[in-house]
Amino acid sequence: MSNSIKFVGVGGQGTILAAKIMCAVLINAGYDVKMSEIHGMSQRNGSVSSEVRYGEKVYSPVIEKGSADILISFEQMEAARNMDYLKKGGILIVNNHKINSMITLNGKTPYPKNIIESIRGKAKTYIIDAQKYANELGNVKVVNLIMLGALSKILDSRHLDWEKAIKESVKPRFLDINLKAFSIGISQV
Amino acid sequence: MKKILSGNEAVARGVYEASVHYASAYPGTPSTEILQNISTHDEIIAEWASNEKVALETVIGASIAGGRSFASMKHVGVNVAADPLFTFAYTGVTGGCVLVTADEPGMHSSQNEQDNRNYAKFAKIPMMEPSNSQESKDMIVDAYELSEEYNSVVLFRMTTRVCHSKGIVEFGNRKEVKLIPYEKKFDKYVAVPAIGRKLRHKVEERINRLKVYSETSKWNYEVDNNSTTGVISSGISYEYAKEAFGETVSYLKLGFTYPLPSKLISDFCDKYDKIFIIEENDPYIEDFVKILGKECIGKDLFPYTGEMTPDVIKKYALSQNLDGIELDEDLFVGRPPTFCSGCPHRGFFYELGKKRKQIIVAGDIGCYSLAVGEPYNMMDWLICMGASLSSGHGAQKILDLDPNNKKRIVSILGDSTFFHTGINSLINTVYNGGNTINVILDNRTTGMTGQQDNPGSGFKLQGDYSTILDIEAMVKAIGIKHVRRINPNDLELVKETINWALELDEASVIITDWPCVLKKKYREEDFGLYNDMWKTKDIVIEDKCTGCKICLKSGCPSLIFDPENKKVIIDSNTCVGCDVCLQICPFDAIVKEGLDE
Repeated sequence: MSNSIKFVGVGGQGTILAAKIMCAVLINAGYDVKMSEIHGMSQRNGSVSSEVRYGEKVYSPVIEKGSADILISFEQMEAARNMDYLKKGGILIVNNHKINSMITLNGKTPYPKNIIESIRGKAKTYIIDAQKYANELGNVKVVNLIMLGALSKILDSRHLDWEKAIKESVKPRFLDINLKAFSIGISQV
Repeated sequence: MKKILSGNEAVARGVYEASVHYASAYPGTPSTEILQNISTHDEIIAEWASNEKVALETVIGASIAGGRSFASMKHVGVNVAADPLFTFAYTGVTGGCVLVTADEPGMHSSQNEQDNRNYAKFAKIPMMEPSNSQESKDMIVDAYELSEEYNSVVLFRMTTRVCHSKGIVEFGNRKEVKLIPYEKKFDKYVAVPAIGRKLRHKVEERINRLKVYSETSKWNYEVDNNSTTGVISSGISYEYAKEAFGETVSYLKLGFTYPLPSKLISDFCDKYDKIFIIEENDPYIEDFVKILGKECIGKDLFPYTGEMTPDVIKKYALSQNLDGIELDEDLFVGRPPTFCSGCPHRGFFYELGKKRKQIIVAGDIGCYSLAVGEPYNMMDWLICMGASLSSGHGAQKILDLDPNNKKRIVSILGDSTFFHTGINSLINTVYNGGNTINVILDNRTTGMTGQQDNPGSGFKLQGDYSTILDIEAMVKAIGIKHVRRINPNDLELVKETINWALELDEASVIITDWPCVLKKKYREEDFGLYNDMWKTKDIVIEDKCTGCKICLKSGCPSLIFDPENKKVIIDSNTCVGCDVCLQICPFDAIVKEGLDE
């Protein structure tokens, strides 16, 4: 059996890096791993997603609708947009944060209201205040590591070597703050 | 050693292991990262070409001169390179040569979904199709052996999901391959008709030999699961099929796919009650199976377009629908990609938008294609690389047949697209007395594919300085009499320049000169040209903001309208101080940070 985790967010939030760290951890633990991403829009404020599949043997690198075990969304509206990727009984982890799109920015269409209230009943949901804690740490870019910390706890994977994978994936001068962010994420679940 | 690599990274590793000497490409999703990864190896000469035809031609030269050579491009790039490809198929190679085509089933980042497997059959050259990263690496190494043994360029067909998915790859050793000393081979390489006629027979002999090879190729094999149903598949579709059917069916996995193995396929079909052909895009394998007189289920059941992901296979072949969580469409709106904060295209499109009623915009391939959407809505058509200038010329000729025509064509493309094939188009416009307004948005890089260097960027792929092509001098040399080079962040100047061009009855060129906000490498002299680039931020003086939302027409993602306060705020994390919004605000409510007192 393989497991499927779909990371979604908005370009610039570091979803791809989070998925890459996840992959490194799983490979070190001896799993077969495949990761898929659609490039091109990541730096242009478009929706982005990365997909990680792991198990004893993995064939397809993509996660289809209705088949993700976990949907981890770095933004509220992206969670709502991708809910149909979750299988019934799947888990949603969502950053309690809103990012406008070009369509909501120009004022013609408002950013949808009560997203979290509406989706939390559809799946087991963890709401993480990653934006708030990242701001407190003084760097919004560590939202991804906070989310990853929460994911590691939910996956019950604390015994795996996350620190090594994080160390190999971030610049040395940002290691400290990223590790702090990761622990905050763990404490939020 | 084992590493997790994308298909593109794995191809680059394979190129290194195969001791390739020379590699060239033009950037294009999903192929771009192949050459970028190759360029990290000092043993290989890796160069960005100005277009795909040039890339393949340089690689042909490298092969003729005795080196192993490599070219990669996206599927539509092969159209550009098709001219040399079809004759290279006749001449064959000296040093081994592989051409990667990166196809896009589902059109994630492309204008069409063409199936380039057809090129192998059309050009009569061998083809391989990897299914995952490990095969991407291993097959490339083998492709060079086949290329030299069968005296032909090998077409290496990948798709988006093979290129951009990562999987674990076991590395091999690099095998040193020596250069073959150059020898003049008139009867092989001078493709005049008399020699072409002789080579034509050699092509046929080669295909016949390859047909024999295909039957026993290690890349074509059966996986017998003692079932009544058989599945024939290649590329990523094979992985999808394995995911969907598991061990309930037997497989014929095809990795060497031109020429296809007739006997292997025939024998496989005879063994099973039911045969599914799982493939994306065209019925390439299916048609072959049917020509063999075998029954199979293919495109009559499965969709003719899009990706054959496991859910699609399960839905059509097994009548299984994956029931996920239902989507509530009231909870989200679109999030289309847009120009970055500080993008130099923003100011130009904002001003051009004011002329919407007078103009028709011929678009092109690049970041500026994002102007197709809100809030610009600035594109009447978009065809292919370089087509803006030439299609604009043809359209203007027709519009002008009406003596009362007032509509002017504005053709818009970027620096890299101009170097790619736009130059040819502009020469044609001048030669034929065209009168279009031609805009070259020079952001000093190839932006859409991730800031690759190009003939105007000042750098070569492997880091060295290079000559910076002077677009203004070149345009004048072509014969354009009316040329202006402007800073696109100066809205008054942009407006005045557009008005100037609209008044002319001859062809004009406007060059907007400001670097991409994501451009990575600069030369010292660049900083003199672009003063205070990205060093400041703009802020809103809250008391002065009336909430009129006019600044939002700039389409800048750093501007956020706060519906409660009814005012605009600027996100200081993303603003780079381009001042476009500052110039748009009719109430002087936006200022440079620190300059508001």
